[in-house]
Amino acid sequence: MTTAPILRIEDVYKSFGETRVLNGFSLTIQPQEVVVLVGPSGSGKSTLLRCINLLHPPTAGRIWLEEQEITAPGVNQDKVRQRIGMVFQDFNLFTHLTALGNVMIGLTKVRKMHKQEAHDLAMLELERVGLVERANHYPAQLSGGQKQRVAIARALGMDPHIMLFDEPTSALDPELTGEVLEVMQQLAKEGMTMIVVSHEMGFARQVASRVVFMEGGIVVEEGPPAQMFEQPVHERTRAFLRKITDLDEGGK
Amino acid sequence: MQQFLELLGNAFPYLVAGTLETLRIATGALLLGIAIGLPTGVGRVYGPPWLQRVLGAYVTLFQGTPLLIQLFFVYYGLPSLGITFPQFIAALLTLGLNSGAYQAEYLRGALQSVGVGQMTAARAIGMSETQAIRSIILPQALRLVLPAWSNEVIAMLKNTAVVFVIAIPDLMGQAKILASKYFAPLPIYMIVAVFYIVLVGITYLLLRQVERRTQIPGLTNEAE
Amino acid sequence: MEFIQDLITTLNFILQGLWVTIGVTIVALTVGLLFGVVTAMLRVYGNAFFKRLAAVYSVIVRAVPVIVIIFILYFVIARFVNLSPFWAGSLALGFASGAYQTEIFRGAFQSVPPGQMVAARAIGMSRLQAIQSIIFPQAVRLALPGWGNEATLVLKDSTLVFVVGVPEILRRAQQVSARTLEPFVAYAAALLLYLALTLLTTQILQWLERRYRLQM
Repeated sequence: MTTAPILRIEDVYKSFGETRVLNGFSLTIQPQEVVVLVGPSGSGKSTLLRCINLLHPPTAGRIWLEEQEITAPGVNQDKVRQRIGMVFQDFNLFTHLTALGNVMIGLTKVRKMHKQEAHDLAMLELERVGLVERANHYPAQLSGGQKQRVAIARALGMDPHIMLFDEPTSALDPELTGEVLEVMQQLAKEGMTMIVVSHEMGFARQVASRVVFMEGGIVVEEGPPAQMFEQPVHERTRAFLRKITDLDEGGK
Repeated sequence: MQQFLELLGNAFPYLVAGTLETLRIATGALLLGIAIGLPTGVGRVYGPPWLQRVLGAYVTLFQGTPLLIQLFFVYYGLPSLGITFPQFIAALLTLGLNSGAYQAEYLRGALQSVGVGQMTAARAIGMSETQAIRSIILPQALRLVLPAWSNEVIAMLKNTAVVFVIAIPDLMGQAKILASKYFAPLPIYMIVAVFYIVLVGITYLLLRQVERRTQIPGLTNEAE
Repeated sequence: MEFIQDLITTLNFILQGLWVTIGVTIVALTVGLLFGVVTAMLRVYGNAFFKRLAAVYSVIVRAVPVIVIIFILYFVIARFVNLSPFWAGSLALGFASGAYQTEIFRGAFQSVPPGQMVAARAIGMSRLQAIQSIIFPQAVRLALPGWGNEATLVLKDSTLVFVVGVPEILRRAQQVSARTLEPFVAYAAALLLYLALTLLTTQILQWLERRYRLQM
């Protein structure tokens, strides 16, 4: 490939006290790729996402975002995070703000836009996730799926170059996952680079350009979804994917 | 009865003046309390360890000792060190510092009950910690703190009743003067009690209105 | 050197007020406990008349500054019996605390699940028996944290009986400062003594709470 990678993770370690969660994780991601990250709980998926946007800076190792080493000392972490959108499992919408307010606050406070400009852009983002008519609702008045779509709009408002999704549908009732996955699929189509921690295997098959299986804080195996699902090399990968695929289909 | 009404008539203007003085002190001390309590509460949660310890000591000192002795210390004790305040300022300062300690604790509780996810999400869209505290955490904490703060307003109204010991003509101070002037302590203190009941009652109703107006739609207040 | 000597003399003198402060606090808390428990029971289990009466006591007393209550009751008591300032002041403080304790125990009674009463009646207990042996023991445990808080408040409020001439910590501090002409030392000593007292009380109460929780 001739294009420069958008994200390069090199030999990243992360420990919390005595517990080592990431053990020399490396991964390179090209622009417009959609990487679905799978692995048993405790394998370090969420920690990896939080290392990438420096919410939990790595203990060791280096990360480059578009040629800039973001783990270098003296880097403005707030500026880095603006370029990385993040969507959380439990939404984390700002409870005291409306849907519109949630999208606007980053625009006015971080991107220093004028109110009107921020309002117009926020409405566009809400339109993108299909929630214009809910703009003036507070989080407590929204369903789980709507909350997560607002959270996506909030992240998009910052004009991120890459989006991280941390189990975006696992806190949702099954009938509400579809609306969120649809929005994510649309984003992928528009060319957004995405790293998605998820066990939605249907989404992985249809949308992912690569599936990465991690365990014990390192990459065990990676490849295009077809290869990973049909002919995985490692026995661990096969066992894990079979288990969650069964669950997935059993659930539907 | 005739006598009582006459006494009431004579005392009334003085008690109204006393009420105004009580309100003046209570309002001033509450504002001072907010000015102290707000940064103290934030500092106790988000400040560096040394600052947390210093602020903690301030809170313990003022919560662990009686307001009346604090007032004596400020008004009669500090002049030994060459620090002298007029009565009104001494009262304002003592009540304000005292209230600040309590308000800081209420705010600390509220700040800690705002979910950690709120800070994480704010940092994730590129806010600095200061920005996140100001635009995300504090607005939520201030709403949570409102019921406790309402109690503090009522407590303040009642607390001001001790300032008569340094000869401030508040409601209680006027009562003391009237009681000896007319030599009728019991009726005077009963009338004063009614004044306080009305004052506290009205304040309570006003505060409930404020609480209702600032609720976040869809969120129910668990306290109710 | 002179300062240290002053401080020791002062502390010595004020220390005698410590026992008075503790005495006032214990009497007031006990009186308040009686008022509080009885009134709370009336508020929760009484008939309409007693419910209203109990509510009026609790609401009115809590709307008036404790110091005003002390003045009023001091003069009321003085009209009928000849009590020393210590007893008159302590009783008045107890009456005021009773209103606050009413709310603490009311909350506790109401948070005992209603099923407890139903179950007690179902095994043939009378209403009074059920309150006595089923509801009350549970309510007391639930009330303990709030009661502990009230205990430290009464400890601090006990200094208010200063105004009717009880020789507690503040009164002793005032006397010694008049003698030594060192008001700073006197009031600082009073503050420190009080601080030690409230911190110790808090520790004891926390220990009690832990103990009780373990037994549940």
